[in-house]
Amino acid sequence: MSGLTGFLRADGRKGIRNVVAVAYLVECAHHVARTIVTKSDDADVHLIGFPGCYPNAYALKVMQAIGTHPNIGGVLLISLGCESFNREALRAAIAASGRPVEVLVIQESGGTAETVRKGALAVARLKAVADQTPRAPMDVSELVIGTICGGSDGTSGITANPAVGRAFDRLGAAGAACVFEETGELVGCETIMADRAITPELGRELEASVRKAEAYYTVMGYGSFAPGNAEGGLTTQEEKSMGAYSKSGSAPIVGILKPGDQPVSGGLYLLDVVPDGEVRFGFPNISDNAEIVELIACGAHLTLFTTGRGSVVGSAVSPVIKVCANPETYRKLSGDMDVDAGRIMEGRGTLDEVGDEIFDLVLAVAGGQRTVSEALGHQEFILTYKAFDPIGPACLPLRRVS
Amino acid sequence: MKPILLHPDDNVLVLAQAIHAGQTIEIDGAALAAPHDVAVGHKIARHALSVGDKVLKYGAPIGSMTAPAAPGGHVHMHNMKSDYIASHTRQATGQTTGEPS
Repeated sequence: MSGLTGFLRADGRKGIRNVVAVAYLVECAHHVARTIVTKSDDADVHLIGFPGCYPNAYALKVMQAIGTHPNIGGVLLISLGCESFNREALRAAIAASGRPVEVLVIQESGGTAETVRKGALAVARLKAVADQTPRAPMDVSELVIGTICGGSDGTSGITANPAVGRAFDRLGAAGAACVFEETGELVGCETIMADRAITPELGRELEASVRKAEAYYTVMGYGSFAPGNAEGGLTTQEEKSMGAYSKSGSAPIVGILKPGDQPVSGGLYLLDVVPDGEVRFGFPNISDNAEIVELIACGAHLTLFTTGRGSVVGSAVSPVIKVCANPETYRKLSGDMDVDAGRIMEGRGTLDEVGDEIFDLVLAVAGGQRTVSEALGHQEFILTYKAFDPIGPACLPLRRVS
Repeated sequence: MKPILLHPDDNVLVLAQAIHAGQTIEIDGAALAAPHDVAVGHKIARHALSVGDKVLKYGAPIGSMTAPAAPGGHVHMHNMKSDYIASHTRQATGQTTGEPS
């Protein structure tokens, strides 16, 4: 038994945090929403939102997925009033999940000061309901764990990433759903990845997702293998990709998700973050937090973030565990790191030992221990325009559920 | 100096520190004198490698040998190539990237 105790939501899902989210539905409502969060002065009241005024099905799907995330205990929506975001559909999805939700429309609520005043009262009401959430025993098999890398360097692929892979293998063996992504960084290992798929059909979908990423990044003017990679000891494209890919560990791949899709079983999933169709809206993920938001939209209770150069970010809604790949970076930024994987470079630990440390820390954080970025108040959140087709039937792990 | 073995199937090891010619390195529990200088983060052969051998790192093929390598010998551009896309092809296009994310 894991010894975990989750927040049991009305829809049956279990969270490891009990967050009240204040969501702006267009940039014009951002200041009001942020002021409400700041005034609440509560580590479990978080700011999320979407800045655009034009409608976008992807943004609605992601906001619905996050508004009904297991770590969410209640949501306050802040609308300016004239933006295109479908606040009724978002409100209805959150309400249907059994979570308390309130809506304030600035144009109808008396402007900034009055909406901030009403918003503070709404947050207090939502908190009071969220605080009544029953607790229930939670097994490791009920966890969804994401992983990304950011601020990578030559050490990422030989310390932090394979150590996360070992932790992923243990988590997956315990029944957790583990999600990796960055198809743009997987060019060259698509056949290796396809060989790990539980069905040939899924293998073909995995290869197609990497081909799509390669085509997309080519249009965006991105190559992948840079001269600096060779100086750092990397010889081939597939070797470089394997460094990022090693975060996924060695378990079979059971399915593919797109942002907002939920894993239907435990096991290892690829999150396909590259938009479908013609290249629109620019880069697939403009920064690391855009990827973290998509992992959270897929139900990630927490995210394992590997970094060599040293990122300092956390996230709204779901905790981020930062695994530092480079011992020099760790010495400079130890106050921002949860795990010192760079010690492997200095003979002060092995990949297996660091993998075990990450696994233990996942359970501790799922049990309520605050990560370093949580304690520092990091609550980054970014969501931009994208377009996706639904996943095909071969992407779901039917053999596992049946 | 004990290089990193990323996967039990691998035939290359990754250097956690730079090594110098003659320095004692440990491969699978056996001591060996490094045949030449190799920089940190680079690969050395776990055992003798021949032309055409698949290079295995992370338990997966990352290319093939184009020249032999002795145990402990440097494995890089001079004696291996991609089986996927020649690394220099992308550099020659003038496309460069920032940091891998």
